[in-house]
Amino acid sequence: MTARLACVILALGVACAGAARGQDAGPADSAVWKKVHASMFGNAILEAADGVVTLDTPKRAEDAAIVPLAIRAQFPQTKERHIETIWLVIDNNPSPIAAVFRFTPESGRADIETRVRIEEYTYVRAVARTNDGKLYMAANYVKASGGCSAPAGKDAVAAKANLGRIRLSVHDGVEAGRPAIAQLMISHPNDSGLAMDQVTRSYATPHFVRRVEVRYAGKPVMNADVDFSISENPNFRFYFVPAGGGELDAKVVDNQDLEFTARVKLDSPRLGAVSTPH
Amino acid sequence: MDGRLARVAVSLTPPSRRWCALVLGVGAAIAFLQSAAGMAPEMPELALENPAPGIYVHYGQQAEMTRANFGDVANLGFVVGARCVAVIDTGGTFAVGRALRRAIQRIATVPVCYVINTHVHPDHVFGNAAFTDDHPQFIGHVRLADAMRRRGPNYLNALGRDLGDIAQQSAIVLPTRSIATTEELDLGGRILSLRAWPTAHTDTDLTVFDDASRTLWLGDLLFVGHVPVLDGNLRGFLAAIAELKTVRANLAIPGHGRALAWPEAIAPEERYLTGILAEVRAAIKGKRTLAETLATVDGGGERWLLFDDFHRRNVTAAYAELEWDE
Repeated sequence: MTARLACVILALGVACAGAARGQDAGPADSAVWKKVHASMFGNAILEAADGVVTLDTPKRAEDAAIVPLAIRAQFPQTKERHIETIWLVIDNNPSPIAAVFRFTPESGRADIETRVRIEEYTYVRAVARTNDGKLYMAANYVKASGGCSAPAGKDAVAAKANLGRIRLSVHDGVEAGRPAIAQLMISHPNDSGLAMDQVTRSYATPHFVRRVEVRYAGKPVMNADVDFSISENPNFRFYFVPAGGGELDAKVVDNQDLEFTARVKLDSPRLGAVSTPH
Repeated sequence: MDGRLARVAVSLTPPSRRWCALVLGVGAAIAFLQSAAGMAPEMPELALENPAPGIYVHYGQQAEMTRANFGDVANLGFVVGARCVAVIDTGGTFAVGRALRRAIQRIATVPVCYVINTHVHPDHVFGNAAFTDDHPQFIGHVRLADAMRRRGPNYLNALGRDLGDIAQQSAIVLPTRSIATTEELDLGGRILSLRAWPTAHTDTDLTVFDDASRTLWLGDLLFVGHVPVLDGNLRGFLAAIAELKTVRANLAIPGHGRALAWPEAIAPEERYLTGILAEVRAAIKGKRTLAETLATVDGGGERWLLFDDFHRRNVTAAYAELEWDE
């Protein structure tokens, strides 16, 4: 799937940056979306996401570099019925497929909160696949920011200096058997490399997180293939179901194969959270 | 700028559609060629004020950049010495820069030798291209060139989107001289002291102090009336303010809003930013999410211009910065 994701990025690539600029057509009509739909989902029909997932986005990307969004499942994850995959698509970003999140029954809830870059007036979409293979889509239109906000980071030097700090935490008040909120933060420039040096006419080296794997007691609870549509210092909030003790661990890999790991030991019965970066 | 207006702008400018097609081929780099599309329209003469001998200020509108205001939304100015002129910021479009250049030619008999950019934001730099015929040194913070490379394509794209043909000839002009700490410029009998700041409003903030008149140009380290904007580092911003307050200046010229006595001019901005720091820290401590925090941090209730355009953005940036502290 990573290869496929990469392929779509290559195929659509920077081509999409301005392709549907300023358009306000219906969600189904974006030219970029038609390509993404065909490449990711073939002829499959995407049903309205009512009762499956909601997508919360601001109406306007106030800060183009940090746009908070939340995808929330409308039912708990069970063996019988659960959301397996959520694709996050930002039509008019240089790389439209921002993330592919995967969940399991052990996730408890297939919710994800993160922050993305929004380059242009665009539709943002969450496509969810349930374990019966059906696909559902929620889509919101998001206005681009005003002229003085840019998707680039705020402090390129600091971003490099802090590269690799990672923090995994679990909210207090965790109870065994009930979905608990965890948060993963990675200090990383998550740089697209699309900025061109006007003197050398060469591009910067892309450097971005491409893979996130979170497990509880050795079982996956949230995996994601992501790219530079995710904001600098990638940040994810998600659920898992603690069962008294055990360990939550995260592994993050970037496109230069740098690996960052963190773990939280859940002490039974208090289930306190201690973050241990490595 | 709302979507409706932006669409109008796009429909008015067929070249931008052609430009889209070009993007398909060669990517973001082409943004730099957009300026070649046509000639910038004429705009009315710029109004100037002369608060001290040799010091000229043009007050930009307190607004976001639109077709109606030609992108003339930031304060610009120049300092005239016996030998030459230093320009301080050039406006949001080539059209504004050209109007500024004409205003200088009406007043000064000496050439423009320096064009100083106080930071990377488009409303301060896109008029640079109007001065290239003067062959000045383009002067900026040591990190300005890199920031222009990173942000330039997006800024040009947004400018074309929002202003259409008004944006023509607007281009990124990189600095030819970088300031890492402090440097002095001699205009002939008049010394300007430049100072580069650690990341504050942006990571490219540069202040200019005219010794003769004790005038301090702060760029967007000072907002007056216009809500302060955070696009760098909140704690760095507050640290810079604390340091700047010790400068013994008579007059402070902000990036937006009227020039005022120093350091009183910066008190409302400092209160606003200090308030955000406290409120966002409390929200993070209370485990509130970014979205929840955005709904609650009110910025102290002072009346600011353009508050709805920038306040939530400031809270967003502050949150992303401060959550690593917890």
